[in-house]
Amino acid sequence: MTDAHLPSPAAGRSLWADARARLLRNRAAMVSIVYLAVMALACIFGPSLVPNDFTTIHADYTRVPPSLSAYPKAEGIEAALKDALRRARLDLVAWKQDGSQLDVTVASAKPVDPRSVRYLDRSDVFEGTTVRESAADGLTMTMSTQVQHTYFFFGTDSNGRDLLQRTLVAGRVSLAIGLLAGIVAVIIGVLYGASAGLIGGKTDEVMMRIVDILYSLPFIFFVIMLVVFFGRNFVLMFLAVGAVLWLDMARIVRGQALSLKRQEYVQAAEALGVTRAGILVRHVIPNLLGPVVIYMTLLVPQVIILESFLSYLGLGVQEPLSSWGVLISQGAKSIPGAQWLLIFPSVFLTTTLFALNFIGDGLRDALDPKDR
Amino acid sequence: MLRYVFRRLLTAIPTLFVIVTISFFLIRVAPGGPFNQEKGLNPVIKANLERQFGLDLPLWKQYLNYLGNLLHGDFGPSYNLPDFTVAELFRTGLPVSVQLGATALVLALIVGGALGVFAALYQNRPADYMVVAAATAGSTIPTFVIAPLFQLFFALTLKWVPVGGWGDGALVNKIGPVITLMLPQLAVVARLMRGAMIEALRGHHIRTARAMGLSDYSVVVRHAMRGALLPIVSYAGPAAASLLTGSLIVEYIFAIPGVGRYFVDAALNRDYTLVMGTVVVIAIFTLFFNLMVDVMYALVDPRVRYD
Repeated sequence: MTDAHLPSPAAGRSLWADARARLLRNRAAMVSIVYLAVMALACIFGPSLVPNDFTTIHADYTRVPPSLSAYPKAEGIEAALKDALRRARLDLVAWKQDGSQLDVTVASAKPVDPRSVRYLDRSDVFEGTTVRESAADGLTMTMSTQVQHTYFFFGTDSNGRDLLQRTLVAGRVSLAIGLLAGIVAVIIGVLYGASAGLIGGKTDEVMMRIVDILYSLPFIFFVIMLVVFFGRNFVLMFLAVGAVLWLDMARIVRGQALSLKRQEYVQAAEALGVTRAGILVRHVIPNLLGPVVIYMTLLVPQVIILESFLSYLGLGVQEPLSSWGVLISQGAKSIPGAQWLLIFPSVFLTTTLFALNFIGDGLRDALDPKDR
Repeated sequence: MLRYVFRRLLTAIPTLFVIVTISFFLIRVAPGGPFNQEKGLNPVIKANLERQFGLDLPLWKQYLNYLGNLLHGDFGPSYNLPDFTVAELFRTGLPVSVQLGATALVLALIVGGALGVFAALYQNRPADYMVVAAATAGSTIPTFVIAPLFQLFFALTLKWVPVGGWGDGALVNKIGPVITLMLPQLAVVARLMRGAMIEALRGHHIRTARAMGLSDYSVVVRHAMRGALLPIVSYAGPAAASLLTGSLIVEYIFAIPGVGRYFVDAALNRDYTLVMGTVVVIAIFTLFFNLMVDVMYALVDPRVRYD
């Protein structure tokens, strides 16, 4: 017997390499991952790129519709001029536009105070107003001012705040809550479920009975009670949300742990004298990882929906901070007339939820060995 | 079977008791009370009110009183809607919620089931992809997004239906709430049905049935669907319980006088009796439909036996 001609054994593929290959082939999941990454980056870095601050109130631009070109629109300049001059109690005689430079001639029954240029600057539309020339009697005056261009790609809300900026900042809150509450739920669920499953016996019975009772309590009642207890604290609130959503995780992990305990290779490891900790690290945790990862990606959208729901009821994130749920509830109140306030946040929320669901489905297909 | 149902009904009593106890103490340890107002009530009046409703007694005594009244079917008066007892609120609100919820559930089961079967029969073909895509959309988009969008398009733009209101149960007023209640359920039912049918159609008994020359209709409806109904049944139970007890969001948005909106309002106002009433009603519905699921299981699948 020579071993010279034996073919070298094919390199085995680990579960994870296999799963990665399958995930990479899943087009919906890959598109979703890219989309989610773009969304996360936009929400993290976008707010510092959008020039308008998310709390700034543009009093002259309340509920302006979304537009790709800058505000003020050509036809809006005269109205803005008249509005600003009315506050200064001056009459508009003539105005002439030259690029962004604007020459405004005003008149009044009393001599015009040169300080009235402030009235133009105070508006969101004009800036850098100076006195060009004043008539000898002081009753007319020509001012030159710059038109201040502001972009509202998503329009503004009823208070004149930039909706694009608010949607991005809200996205930060929604995504952060989804992620953090998801992690809290997974940690509690895995620890609880794994201990119940591994310890077994009476302990398992009692622990699972507790889960059953918590299950049959009306879920929303539970959440509201937690919100009431913790007050309207941002951090505590999503800890509370996470603390409610761990029940499914605990059941899944317990089931897995129970069936793992009976696997032959675990029994073999026990027979070979591998320590409990060794079995836990080598066999139990790697086998739990798949379902946990899948469940977590499906949990994050649930948390985002729940947070939006709470914010919708006015129990969640408080102004001036906002989340997608807050924006949607405000938007729902401002139809008819300002549909964009409902549509943009809804699109952001739903597309993100879609992406998360596709990733979750993709991961399940990739990690589920039954599907091979 | 009857003995099983009887035994389950008996075990429901301690469960209900535990739920009532937990909820009672949970809402009572929450800070605030039903008569705390922003302005601050005259302390004498507040004390009188509390004495009238027995809220000045020690907590354990109140708890025993509440349990005693509950056993007599007395849910107590509502604190924040002072002209009504909790029972009256449910008598007027529950039929509305049940009507909307039941319609939505039945439609979701029929349409969703049919779509699921259809998708499974045309697996991996365009029709299947369309159903799956629609189902994903339906189960992903939250109700509080669908409902205002529905109002925007069908009520405000097209003016086909009123924006909201109950209108003494006129059909046009029910369309919006029923559709928004139905869509998410329909999507889940369609997904479950598709998966279960694909699984069922692979079964050996289906091959046998086909080999014996049974008609397509008979194979699909009598042999495959029967096995595929199990996941639908187990989903429909909890779904029925939550649909029939009213949806908060849908009732808020469409201004429906059901019972769904009481829950959150009552919890926020510490309207203790109304909160407890809602918890009890929801728990009874949940327990009942869980029992129904198990009974249905035995009817659908003869292998399931209870003794």
